[in-house]
Amino acid sequence: MNLLVCISKTPETTSKIGFTDNNTTFATDGVQYIMNPYDEWYALVKALEVKEALGGTVTVINVGPAANDVIIRKALAIGADEAVRVDAEPKSAVFVAQQIAAYAKDKAYDMILTGKETIDYSGGLVGGMVAELMGTPFMSFVSNLDVADGKVTATCDIEGGVEVISASLPVVVSASKGLAEQRIPNMRGIMMAKRKPLNVVEAQSADDHVSIKGYTLPAEKSGVKLVDAENMDELVRLLHEEAKAL
Amino acid sequence: MSVLVFVEAINNQYKKAAFEAVCYGAKVAEMTQGDCVVVTNGSADVAGELGKYGANKVLSFQSDNMHDTAFVTQAIAKAYEQCGAKQLVLCDNSRGKSIAGRLAIKLGAGVVTGAESLPSTDGGMTVQRGVFSGKALATYAYSSDNNIISISRNATPIVESGSAVTAESLDISGISAATQLVEVKRVEGTIPLPEAELVVSAGRGMKGPENWGIIDDLADVIGATTACSRPVSDTGWRPHHEHVGQTGIAIKPNLYIAIGISGAIQHLAGVNSSKTIVVINKDPEAPFFKAADYGVVGDLFDVVPRLTESIKKFKSA
Repeated sequence: MNLLVCISKTPETTSKIGFTDNNTTFATDGVQYIMNPYDEWYALVKALEVKEALGGTVTVINVGPAANDVIIRKALAIGADEAVRVDAEPKSAVFVAQQIAAYAKDKAYDMILTGKETIDYSGGLVGGMVAELMGTPFMSFVSNLDVADGKVTATCDIEGGVEVISASLPVVVSASKGLAEQRIPNMRGIMMAKRKPLNVVEAQSADDHVSIKGYTLPAEKSGVKLVDAENMDELVRLLHEEAKAL
Repeated sequence: MSVLVFVEAINNQYKKAAFEAVCYGAKVAEMTQGDCVVVTNGSADVAGELGKYGANKVLSFQSDNMHDTAFVTQAIAKAYEQCGAKQLVLCDNSRGKSIAGRLAIKLGAGVVTGAESLPSTDGGMTVQRGVFSGKALATYAYSSDNNIISISRNATPIVESGSAVTAESLDISGISAATQLVEVKRVEGTIPLPEAELVVSAGRGMKGPENWGIIDDLADVIGATTACSRPVSDTGWRPHHEHVGQTGIAIKPNLYIAIGISGAIQHLAGVNSSKTIVVINKDPEAPFFKAADYGVVGDLFDVVPRLTESIKKFKSA
């Protein structure tokens, strides 16, 4: 089994969100970056589990600048065998998907995995785009996955339930919570990661089709209205008359 | 120039999100002086009813392959080509999200998922969506000739502006699926969290799973869906599908009542788009109060049953 895991970099969840250049650019000052949790905790670990069961190699791919090598080394420390970085700013989902598909095209991966979305822009587009570019089935929001005899069976989360679907390899899979258990890299993994290959490749040109023109911050909440714990009739009145929520 | 809207019928019925998408498509069609065409898997009679929400034309097809992203993509692409559309509107639910990327490649279109409101067409098309877990809104500009928008809940109000139309059938012969459906499991009886208007959620302050009776009672009396914080689902007090927050389900109900949840930033990220937030916590310093509209500082084991009684009284008045 040859597995390719797409990883991306996102600001750490507690980062302060602000903008510069007249609200057109995300302010990166003081922002800590992490590997996108859906990519790290679920897509990457599931790929490692499949490899441990069936043999093969796990490659991680990232589209981004050299500063991303830190999170790529972390993926190697968790257990990926090798890494590829496409040296370009990941400006849009379609740009990223085109890079991944261009790299994967002639490498006969059995499975390409991504997280269901990144926690910063939450577009959730890259997996489906890669599947369409590769002409393979796409299994999305997968919370359980079995591979046997060249066949994949996936449990896909839908509103209020699941759809269980199956397909022959190769497939593209997007990972939801529950697909695997987070793994913390150990010292041996961290040491080995330093010697694993990290290849840097040039980007292909691709259209973006959409771009972000600017950002706005949502209106601040006007402040909490405290209601006496003894007086729940008052809370019900406020929810009915003021908030129109009941 | 037409606007094509795809909506899925589940057991030959439409949910609120489908009506919103048709109304949204009708508005975009009005802006761009085109027709609103709907493509759907509902039966002709059920699908024709979508005319009431502003569809000028409905194309309907029947299939057992709605689970297959490649199949649905090709069916929509066929309708798109047939009606000469330049815009496609999808719902930002699990199905919409699963096909948006494929469709963008197939149609060579620009795509924005999770739009919060109608687009603007002044000097090129732009649309706004939430980013950084709702901490900011970003304005996206399209530079493509073909555009896809998937719309978030409540992106537009539902208005009945037209009348039923006669659905035409879409020829899908020759389009096949690459995956097989093994089974579908849906929780019966309750409204799924992503679609719920009223949510009652509880956290570690509950002290143990045996105390959830008061949460269920409150949820029952207002017809709410129950949810929980991450520590609660991680320790197995409640099932994983109830976990709301950054790595669980992101929700935006009309009313979110948070009980015994301190309000960690990861939890807030999944719920801060709720219209009204009520926080019940004994700790007046709980960070959640800063994000709340209404707060009650008190012991939840006293406050929650009291609130349930007050609502019962209000409902029977």
